[in-house]
Amino acid sequence: MYSFAYHRPVSAAEAEALAAKAGEARFLAGGMTLLPAMKLRLAQPTDLIDLARLGDLRGIKVSGSEVRIGAMTLHAAVAASAEVKRAIPALAHCAGVIGDPQVRNRGTLGGSLANNDPAADYPAAVLGLNATVHTSRRTIPADSFFRGLFETALEPGELITAVSFPIPERAAYEKFRHPASRYAVVGVFVARTGGGVRVAVTGAGPCAFRATQLEQALAKNFSPDALKGIKISADGLNSDIHAAADYRAHLIGVMARRAVAAIA
Amino acid sequence: MTVQGIGAPVRRKEDRRYLTGRGTYTEDINRPGQLHAVILRSPHAHARILGIDTSAAARMPGVAAIFTGADMAKDNVGSIPCGWLIKNKDDTPMAEPPHPPLVPDRVRHVGDQVAVVIAETRNQARDAAEAIQVDYEVLPAAVDTAAAAKPGAPQVWEQAKNNVCFDWHLGDKAAVEAAFATAHHVTKIDLVNNRLIPNAMEPRAALGEYDRATGDYTLYTTSQNPHLIRLLMGAFVLHLPEHKLRVVAPDVGGGFGSKIYHYAEEAIVTWAAGKLGRPVKWVADRSESFISDAHGRDHVSHAELAMDQNGKFLALRVATIANVGAYLSTFSTCVPTYLYATLLAGVYATPAIYAEVKTVFTNTVPVDAYRGAGRPEATYLLERLVDKAAREMKIDRVELRRRNLIPRDAFPYQTPVALQYDSGDYQSTLEIALKNSDWAGFESRRAEAKKRGKLRGIGISTYIEACGIAPSAVVGSLGARAGLYESAAIRVHPTGSVSVMTGTHSHGQGHETTFAQIVADTLGMPIENVDIVHGDSSKIPFGMGTYGSRSLAVGGSAIVKALDKIVKKSKRIAAHLLEASEADIEFKDGTFSVAGTDRSVPFGQIALTAYVPHNYPITELEPGLEESAFYDPLNFTYPGGCHICEVEVDPETGVTEVVKFTAVDDVGRVINPMIVEGQVHGGLAQGIGQALYEICVYDKESGQILSGSYNDYTMPRAEHLPSFTVETHNTMCTHNPLGSKGVGEVGAIGSPPAVINAVIDALSPLGIEDIEMPATPQRAWRLIQTAGMARAAE
Ligand SMILES: Cc1cc2nc3c(=O)[nH]c(=O)nc-3n(C[C@H](O)[C@H](O)[C@H](O)COP(=O)(O)OP(=O)(O)OC[C@H]3O[C@@H](n4cnc5c(N)ncnc54)[C@H](O)[C@@H]3O)c2cc1C
Repeated sequence: MYSFAYHRPVSAAEAEALAAKAGEARFLAGGMTLLPAMKLRLAQPTDLIDLARLGDLRGIKVSGSEVRIGAMTLHAAVAASAEVKRAIPALAHCAGVIGDPQVRNRGTLGGSLANNDPAADYPAAVLGLNATVHTSRRTIPADSFFRGLFETALEPGELITAVSFPIPERAAYEKFRHPASRYAVVGVFVARTGGGVRVAVTGAGPCAFRATQLEQALAKNFSPDALKGIKISADGLNSDIHAAADYRAHLIGVMARRAVAAIA
Repeated sequence: MTVQGIGAPVRRKEDRRYLTGRGTYTEDINRPGQLHAVILRSPHAHARILGIDTSAAARMPGVAAIFTGADMAKDNVGSIPCGWLIKNKDDTPMAEPPHPPLVPDRVRHVGDQVAVVIAETRNQARDAAEAIQVDYEVLPAAVDTAAAAKPGAPQVWEQAKNNVCFDWHLGDKAAVEAAFATAHHVTKIDLVNNRLIPNAMEPRAALGEYDRATGDYTLYTTSQNPHLIRLLMGAFVLHLPEHKLRVVAPDVGGGFGSKIYHYAEEAIVTWAAGKLGRPVKWVADRSESFISDAHGRDHVSHAELAMDQNGKFLALRVATIANVGAYLSTFSTCVPTYLYATLLAGVYATPAIYAEVKTVFTNTVPVDAYRGAGRPEATYLLERLVDKAAREMKIDRVELRRRNLIPRDAFPYQTPVALQYDSGDYQSTLEIALKNSDWAGFESRRAEAKKRGKLRGIGISTYIEACGIAPSAVVGSLGARAGLYESAAIRVHPTGSVSVMTGTHSHGQGHETTFAQIVADTLGMPIENVDIVHGDSSKIPFGMGTYGSRSLAVGGSAIVKALDKIVKKSKRIAAHLLEASEADIEFKDGTFSVAGTDRSVPFGQIALTAYVPHNYPITELEPGLEESAFYDPLNFTYPGGCHICEVEVDPETGVTEVVKFTAVDDVGRVINPMIVEGQVHGGLAQGIGQALYEICVYDKESGQILSGSYNDYTMPRAEHLPSFTVETHNTMCTHNPLGSKGVGEVGAIGSPPAVINAVIDALSPLGIEDIEMPATPQRAWRLIQTAGMARAAE
């Protein structure tokens, strides 16, 4: 690790102001991604702005139509929340299959989204549920938040404060775990709302994306059988030593069918 | 059996220390004035070093020194030696290129040691290491095992033509050819034994210290065998006499073989401590472990089995290419030869066997022994081959095994590949395993799984291994450059408690308990009164350490021998105190008594008398009660048994789940059944890991490691494993005093083929007959896809 200045602001405004002043600032949430990257000397921020004291960023609120989760809320808290389980069980499930207990008790929603790992689970839920990302400056709809590999719509120094998830009629998340890292090789989040069907895929591409082909088929007939004949193209999908693009394409179909079967 | 003696499932004494975080590992040791070393490692698989500029790095804060290969060469630092000389078929010696601790002019694998930076803190040393400028001329790399010896492959060493380290053979070629000529059927198989990364929980570390006043060196290191390190480093690398070099291996967090070898970093910190007059500590981080700990396995083999019309094995022919990596690690050369080809008879009475092993250098991390070492490779080959033979001959796979097992009454059994098995009962371990696994009821489980959309399969492996390493004269005649006996010293203290100094080393195996049980059983005392001392060359007698499941069979036997001497001397003291003749003294439950009388004296009083010899046969007997013994085994020991695995494959995703695992092992005398069970469990986890999850992947062009962290290297997890059904059915080793055979490696040796045979059985309804290890989801899925397409095309 290289040396850096460490700050512990108490408000979002102070955090943003610190970030604006610093040479190369990074917000620190759970540190599950940032700290290993610093230890491996892959990340070298001059200033680390710890969000731990920003109490407003922590917590879960469920209203009639949405679940609002603070950016600093732990995965473990979302997974265990009775309210989330009642309103959007698939979201609690999604948080509960992230990493391992240690990771879930440090990692946060805001950190996961800001980092936008191609294999992270939350992005599938955010996109699948058509959530809104609230930042210190604006609100960003899910469809324009995830931009590419580790790339989001966030501007430098912009802080995620919360995410609001509209409550769907039904939703399910199916994950094919990476054998070594336990991230998603492929994760498919399917949500059915009054407005239609959304299918979001993580793990397979540079960042989470919607599988419109599957959405259209399910809009006509919301059943696993509706997906049977559909061949998903492997073009542009990720390939690594564990899963080549064609295998990932195949897994999208399998995970989507299983998700639909769970809620059809 | 007493509550704590031989056979008792006593809880491990050492666990309190381990579980409460109170162990003392090498990294926990800090010496006054200590500096920290960071090794600058090669980012290239193969490159010439045109220049190293350390000037900017040397000026960085906290830097005490930077050394390169040239500096070590100036001090005449020697080459890290290989412990076993193998001869080619034509009796010429193997190619044995040099292995300097820091390379002077050429790097030969990603992670090779280029320079060492020594600074006040580890972070400063890292900063400076990044500031060193190395000018590399990148060369093409030889990476792939099967391709390394082919014409046109990049050459790793000038002195190893076509990258061949040696081309060796074992067995009677003419007899094998004659048998093949008469065969009714020949089954052929091609197999890869996947390369593994050991992943001990504690990464390697080394701390060197030099005392200017006395000229004494001390090395604290994560080693399975401190005396071996002292011998190799002292005599060959740093030229330090043994009385001036102390090597301490304190608590060590697992080894699995990877901590046997003398590593460059040990020599570097010891030498640097001498140069700087300050202690120097190096600790590997996990990423470094992946590219600097010796890897395991990595064989490519072709094998052929000749049978008569009844499936009787007539002869076996094997050709293997084994990868040793870029340098010869300490035992690298004996693993694919004498620990492999000698095991190719397995549990079968195959009359003729011929094996050829070509070992190749590549631009990869050195490969050496890893839990099982050679024996898992032999077992995997044989058990896959036997299953395939059964399919081709249309003979039930269990029946084919039964027809060929070495009969119970054939022991001692001389195999055609040098070994003589002393004892075993393969029929019984097979039958018990079949019963415990409900083999007969399998088809109904397969049918039930099918209803759930799963392909269920069952697989079997009947195996043997040779351990209890090793009879010195035998291994010496085969090229070993060391003896492989073991030592023990027993010191009875004046008040009757006991310290046992053993030459073996415990790094998770539970010796502090098992060995104490042997002493407690013999001397009739609680294990709390017995302390096992190991790991410090200044405290223990010269011993060879722990590997090859040798500690109990060889080290335990040395303890028994030393105990015999203690009892013998104690009897003489007792005879004196009881005014009886020595022949009339009986010793039982810690008490010496005169046969047929009620006159007795407890062991504690004997001890006190030995040290306070007021009433003592001083003209006939020395005072004190301390004895030592060395034990050199007469033969290897031969644990064996039967493993049965059941899996379910998800045909949609290719995921294999192990749903049931049954092991019946013959490990000889059991001292502590709980520890035996734990060793089997751990071994099975590693064997299942090799079969389904673990593989070291190198980019075949660049030689970059693609599985260089836990993001990509899949370790087996608790959730991957079923609750094991484990039992032992033991025949005694006939040539050591305990009758014990060893249990450290059996789990990892017997299980991989049982798993893969089960996967193949599961996939066989689709017409699939082969899958490589590890049987990953993607591999299985691809085979299922291809099979599906083939069917559709039919
Ligand atoms: C062993 C392991 C396994 C894992 N497995 C999974 C898995 O299976 N699935 C999965 O989805 N994830 C997994 N993760 C990732 C983990 O769940 C976290 O989501 C992730 O590490 C980021 O969250 P964090 O709170 O730790 O963020 P940090 O590491 O603290 O920060 C990550 C990045 O986000 C930025 N950031 C943090 N908070 C904010 C904010 N509020 N506003 C703006 N920027 C912010 C930081 O500056 C940094 O750049 C795993 C991690 C580990 C270590």
